[in-house]
Amino acid sequence: MALKTEHMVLNMGPQHPSTHGVLRLELELEGELIKNVIPHIGYLHRCFEKHAEAMTYPQVIPYTDRMDYLASMYNNFGYVVTVEKLLGIEVPERVQYIRVIMGELQRIASHMVALGTYGLDLGAFTPFLYLFRDREKILSLFEMTCGARLLYNYMWVGGLSHDIHPDFIRLTKEFVNYYKPNIKELNDLLTFNKIFIERTANIGVLPLDTAINYGITGPNLRGSGLKFDLRKDDPYSIYDRFDFDIPVGKGLMGTVGDCWDRYYVRVLEMEQSLRIIEQAIDQIPEGNVQSAIPKRIKPPKGTVYGRVENPRGELGYFIISDGSTSPFRVKVRAPSFVNLSVLGELCKGHLVSDVVAILGSIDIVLGEVDR
Amino acid sequence: MKTADEIYELLKKEFGEAILSLDKETPVEPIISIAPLHTNKIALFLRDNEELKFDSLMCLSGVDDANGEKIKEEDGSETIKGGTLSVYYHLYSIPLKHKITLKASVPRENPEIESVESIWRTADWHEREAYDLIGIKFLNHPDLRRILMPYDWEAGHPLRKDYKNPEFYQGMKVPY
Repeated sequence: MALKTEHMVLNMGPQHPSTHGVLRLELELEGELIKNVIPHIGYLHRCFEKHAEAMTYPQVIPYTDRMDYLASMYNNFGYVVTVEKLLGIEVPERVQYIRVIMGELQRIASHMVALGTYGLDLGAFTPFLYLFRDREKILSLFEMTCGARLLYNYMWVGGLSHDIHPDFIRLTKEFVNYYKPNIKELNDLLTFNKIFIERTANIGVLPLDTAINYGITGPNLRGSGLKFDLRKDDPYSIYDRFDFDIPVGKGLMGTVGDCWDRYYVRVLEMEQSLRIIEQAIDQIPEGNVQSAIPKRIKPPKGTVYGRVENPRGELGYFIISDGSTSPFRVKVRAPSFVNLSVLGELCKGHLVSDVVAILGSIDIVLGEVDR
Repeated sequence: MKTADEIYELLKKEFGEAILSLDKETPVEPIISIAPLHTNKIALFLRDNEELKFDSLMCLSGVDDANGEKIKEEDGSETIKGGTLSVYYHLYSIPLKHKITLKASVPRENPEIESVESIWRTADWHEREAYDLIGIKFLNHPDLRRILMPYDWEAGHPLRKDYKNPEFYQGMKVPY
């Protein structure tokens, strides 16, 4: 008589240190091996999209802050670019440059959290502290500009809430010069650390065709080897003026598209963001940052889909206007939401401890997954 | 790279009746309307045709058009009878760098539409979200459950324009 066997179901989360928020994973196990992963999301759901329908267009901006709370600047950016597209207005040069500088600083700050907590998940505590120390400097730059460290409400439709502080340019230059050598320090501490490589190389390999079919974007897609970045491939704002490279995963430590590749793409992206900031700071023109803000925002009837390259991937806003002062429908295509959907595919056949490594390498923010 | 007109012509030639219209009056992007029960076939054609190659579904959104008859209730709230719900598909082709927006409308009383999950796997969660928040039923979807709201939420679909907050959820007062 054959022994009766069945798979074991194990719950990981909703309260679990390495799920980066309230995410519940239902793991189906055969011994230590993962047979299936079912993510259960929605624990942070507050129906942003319903709120937005009751607000006027500028009133939606603070809500966008609260979706991806590690990249609030960029959420503002995406929303205002989309509404401006619908309105058909041009914003002043100075505003464009400041937006790009803020956006790229935010990208670095967001990647710092991603890389730091990823190391933390895998047992490397020190890089986390180093990265958070440096992230504080970026947050201080933001605080100096608009008074907030995390949720800014800084970019407005047609302009900005404040002009930059007179010292901002000098301090940003100082930060860029200060931070450049620190990336090498991070590489020495974590990236090329033997234990870290053992935990991440050849783990959670995401083939390129699967990635595209699942709608994966951002560093996760580039980790799989495709040179695709909306800043270059579908340029918005003034990104076409800057000279920067798009890093892609090359499988240096294992296979193309493994956890290490996704991690390393983020490290290289920080360097490129520093390059963009340097160029933007040298070219920034004088001007009034509030001259193009419309008195009353009443877009024409119609629909618009705008997308920007958020630190986590393609952040899309789909807005339907019925010709009144508040949007008829706002749908957010949140990069984390889409990127998380591939988790089950990546985890199959790996060990339980690898789930932590794979989830960390996707870099999700639950505030955005659940909206 | 193809324009919306060329894509429309190609689709019209292949599917005829199932392609309803091309709306170019919109301020930013033209929209092609398609029949809801043919979305899967049209999607497969769009993905695999050599001239189109729409390999990436950027976004799939459910929308309550609220274009039916609005009935005022005694307590001041509104119920909508008739009209349509819509699904918008935003497609992009990574090799050819062109975009298109598709729209399929379904009657509010019987909101059934073919799933495109088998063509773009990313549609899986997007369709679950549209089902959860708007209440559109995707035929042949392998796992059509709620995704953002609790699985046992009984008060309907919150993004409908005539949605009413329930008084209680599992014995807990909702507007607490």
